[in-house]
Amino acid sequence: MLLGLFIAYPFFEGVKLSLSSARVGDPGHFVGLKNFHKIWNDSIFHTTMWNTFWYTGVTTVFKLALGLWLAILLNRHFRGKALVRAFILLPFIIPTVLSTFAWKWMFDPTFSVINWTLFQLGIITTRINWLGDPDLAMTSIIVINIWRGVPFFAITLLAGLQTISPELHEAAAIDGARPWQRFWHVTWPLLMPVTLVVVLFSVIQTFADFQLVYVMTGGGPANATHLFATYAYQLGIGTGLLAEGAAISLAMFPFLFIIVVVQLLYIRRVETR
Amino acid sequence: MIEGAAWRRWVFFNIPLILFVFVLLFPFYWMIITTFRPDGELYRPWNAVNYMPFWTNNPTFEHIFYLFEETNFARWMLNTMFIALVSTLISLFCGVLAGYALARLNFPYAGGLGTAIFITYLVPQTLLFIPLAEIIRNFKLGDTPWALILTYPTFLIPFCTWLMMGYFKAIPKELEECARIDGASRWKAMIYIIIPVAVPGILSSGIIAFTLSWNEFIYALVFLSSPDQKTVPVGVTSELIRGDVFFWGPLMAGALLGSIPVAIVYSFFVEHYVSGLTGSVKG
Repeated sequence: MLLGLFIAYPFFEGVKLSLSSARVGDPGHFVGLKNFHKIWNDSIFHTTMWNTFWYTGVTTVFKLALGLWLAILLNRHFRGKALVRAFILLPFIIPTVLSTFAWKWMFDPTFSVINWTLFQLGIITTRINWLGDPDLAMTSIIVINIWRGVPFFAITLLAGLQTISPELHEAAAIDGARPWQRFWHVTWPLLMPVTLVVVLFSVIQTFADFQLVYVMTGGGPANATHLFATYAYQLGIGTGLLAEGAAISLAMFPFLFIIVVVQLLYIRRVETR
Repeated sequence: MIEGAAWRRWVFFNIPLILFVFVLLFPFYWMIITTFRPDGELYRPWNAVNYMPFWTNNPTFEHIFYLFEETNFARWMLNTMFIALVSTLISLFCGVLAGYALARLNFPYAGGLGTAIFITYLVPQTLLFIPLAEIIRNFKLGDTPWALILTYPTFLIPFCTWLMMGYFKAIPKELEECARIDGASRWKAMIYIIIPVAVPGILSSGIIAFTLSWNEFIYALVFLSSPDQKTVPVGVTSELIRGDVFFWGPLMAGALLGSIPVAIVYSFFVEHYVSGLTGSVKG
């Protein structure tokens, strides 16, 4: 229908663009795979690729672990539960750009509240330049992504937990299963289908992330924290090399495609089991 | 429930939960405190004496006034509101119709089409922003709200369709069949019977679509350029940072005020939002 057109047309336009030599104000001509060849030999692109996988992998593991923990904590009855649940979703619904600015201010090299706290606690003696060092900058970005993603995991996994009948747990407890065993043999397998879909969403969103890195570091210091999207933006829009930018963002496609296909096949297998 | 002594409940339950809530909410507290803190306190180095980061005794509104007097902040809010509302309405309309069609009408390939919708809903915006920018330019839509109103539905419609499809499938067919037997046409049955039953679903997808479009950044960043056309996230990013100078006070005030509409909408419909979110991940 119309939808296919909406996605398919820009997609083919993008492929066409990535195969040309277009710049801003110059439509360019067909150059074949030259752009792809060029980015393949580009060392920044290699860093970008590595960053994206590292960023996606680390954040997903932490988001899943912490989100599941939070979901299990919330899956009991206590006073003020509705309120707590409403509040913890805030990081997920507040516009990412705006909340990221709050983090950027917290990580500010000179006025950092995090540095102040660590200093007062006696953990550090000199200031840490969070966003000036490549590794620290990447770590900061990963922390913020986890902060933003945990509520989503927690709330959706909580919904999954609530569909698991407590009787199963009681039965397992009567049979002598310890809490950890009950989690591993009852909760985890039953939660698997929901977990997989949530992970699929999160992986795609994280892989293609833009806002967070753009606001926090803009890809810096010295192009050390670029993801596909921010590097594509910097080349395509920032310096006007439209064709190369389009090629970089399209380079995400095969990876995303493989991730989606593998995950969907796996989900189908788990669901039919 | 955790069995046993009180200390076990604290160690395994209360303390972790309090830590989670604290970490998740702290940046917002920091946003608020910065908004009301005068510049003199704001730019005091972190290791200075009598530095008091968590509280201020001299609250001020200067940053908020700055925002409304020196920048187009009010204009950005209106732009964002307009764009978010219109694109949400368009997407809801299309999503409800398409979702109904996919869930109820038995036409060939309905299953395949459903999967296709799911796939398009997974396409991230960052994949296609450069070619879309070219298309927008070719249609001379650059730097107008219509550039965003027409592109946001590309990710909102698949989302609404997917969610509504789930809702419509959960409504028993018999309800509609009763109406049909009583002589209602398919249209009438849909408008008078099915849509009213599906109102919670429509609300959920509407709210999520609204927050998504308020949240959207890269399209707005690329398609809009003049200061008075910008949306809140883009305006705050581009107009409150000049070169390397960050205007942290107004920046945080802008972030706070820019978050409030979403937070209000959300707080009224928490339950709908949560049910929509959980519905959106049902395979």
